[in-house]
Amino acid sequence: MGYQSWHKSINTDLVDSYKQEQELLKALAVNDKKAIEKIYEDNYSLIQNLILNNSGTEEDAKDIFQEAVIILYEKSKSDSFELSCQIKTYVYSVCRRLWLKRLQYIRRYEAEIASLVEIVPVEEDMEEHDKRSLQFGMMEKAMTSIGEPCKSLLEAYYINKKSMQEIAENFGYTNADNAKNQKYKCLLRLKKLFFAQYKNGN
Amino acid sequence: MDDITLLDAAERYLRGEMTEEERKLFEELRKNNADVDQLVVEHHFFLDEMNRHANIKNLRSTLHDTHIALLKEGAIREIPTGRARLVYLWTRYKRTIAVAASIAGVTALLFSGMVTVLTPKADKNQVEVLGRKLDILEKNQNHTNSELRDVKHKIEIPGTPAKFGGTGFLIDAKGLLVTNAHVVKNASRVTVQNKSGLELNAKTIFVDDSLDIAILKIDDSLFKALNALPYAIKKSSNDLAEPIYTLGYPRDEIVYGEGYLSAKTGFNGDTLTCQISVAANPGNSGGPVLNKNGEVIGILSTRQVAAEGVVFAINSKNIFRALDQMKRTDTSFQNIKLPGNSAMKSMDRVQQVKKVQDCVFMVKGY
Repeated sequence: MGYQSWHKSINTDLVDSYKQEQELLKALAVNDKKAIEKIYEDNYSLIQNLILNNSGTEEDAKDIFQEAVIILYEKSKSDSFELSCQIKTYVYSVCRRLWLKRLQYIRRYEAEIASLVEIVPVEEDMEEHDKRSLQFGMMEKAMTSIGEPCKSLLEAYYINKKSMQEIAENFGYTNADNAKNQKYKCLLRLKKLFFAQYKNGN
Repeated sequence: MDDITLLDAAERYLRGEMTEEERKLFEELRKNNADVDQLVVEHHFFLDEMNRHANIKNLRSTLHDTHIALLKEGAIREIPTGRARLVYLWTRYKRTIAVAASIAGVTALLFSGMVTVLTPKADKNQVEVLGRKLDILEKNQNHTNSELRDVKHKIEIPGTPAKFGGTGFLIDAKGLLVTNAHVVKNASRVTVQNKSGLELNAKTIFVDDSLDIAILKIDDSLFKALNALPYAIKKSSNDLAEPIYTLGYPRDEIVYGEGYLSAKTGFNGDTLTCQISVAANPGNSGGPVLNKNGEVIGILSTRQVAAEGVVFAINSKNIFRALDQMKRTDTSFQNIKLPGNSAMKSMDRVQQVKKVQDCVFMVKGY
């Protein structure tokens, strides 16, 4: 009887933690601040140890960990999202991979990292991430190239989802139509800049 | 439809802001116009990309803020890099360090042990042996020195030492000899010695320092005049590369040497002499230089100190000049005539030398 209840409680614990993690990831997908804090708190020190024990610095640890959280975020946002392991395991595996890559880049030789924690294969996700970070860089470059007020105008409309009326008032356009026209002109320029890189890159 | 209107339509379509009627119209346009369809797809991708870019930027700043906030709360802590690195290095390599240290220690002990056990003994032996050897060496040296002193004494005390030595050869069967002026210079008495060791008194009857030629006359009853000289004294000039040979007395024995005429002029372009290549030593001075026909082409006189095998001979025609000068000052030699024909033209070298050596004398000056 005692054995059975113990067994049952393990099971419910596992189910609970799994449910908890799924909730956490859903929250992460919508940029929830509390979820981010929780993930950060739970996993950072493990990654910190990994990086510092493998000739990295505090700054490296922060960079690598945050990069891994971004990868997790992108994964959680994707339609075919499915995490078959614990967040901890996934984050650790990603960080290990990222750090190995960085070490190889710095030292130009095959590095080895002794793994103390279970790792899962993350190669596919890494490839996807590499592609995405390339596109991120292109967009970043295009955004900085178009200059002001285009950048602020586009950010206000597309990212901060402000109405054309609000934007017209904030940016000093006589009416919403005028602001809208200006916004499209900026958008055309931005697209041109972005796709110029995109076509070169691919 | 210009770009902006189209873009606006695509955007409204993608956002679902179009009315049912508008949407149908636009979808019709998309179907019929590939460019419009392309624009919609492209714009959809671009808006996604923009959104993603914004979201990630947002997340990055959130992550950064979270990091700082958690640090403040103490939920995470920063490990100073320097210490972390040291700790890391220590924890990672402490086993290796321990092994390395113990190996180093053992090796050091082993080496110092070997040094103390082995080296001093070996050193002592070597020093002793060396000392003995040095003693022996010193003794040997002293012995050698004393021996050398004895030898020196022997050399320095000959019975009646000749001050100068050289070679001379007959230019007249009656006993006229020619040699170098430097051979008989400063000599109060001159003797000549033939190949069999017979020493005959001689007189210097003519010296020309500029030509470096001296003419001696054998003035001794023991001298037996020859019928004729086997060689001729050559008056004309000589040919380069002509094989030559000499006879002389660099030692008590007559010495033969052969070579070739290497230059028609002598030291520093001196036209009185020529350069020959032959082994010559002090004592060879005044000796005859003969060609293959048994003609005297010169008097061996000097050699260049700085160079090996460079010997100079006074051209034989200078003997004529010297004789002419002598004849002018001393009328008693008017009848002297230098031999113009060689009797050895068809003879081989050995036969020639056999004949010539009777006419070559060692000249000693006292």
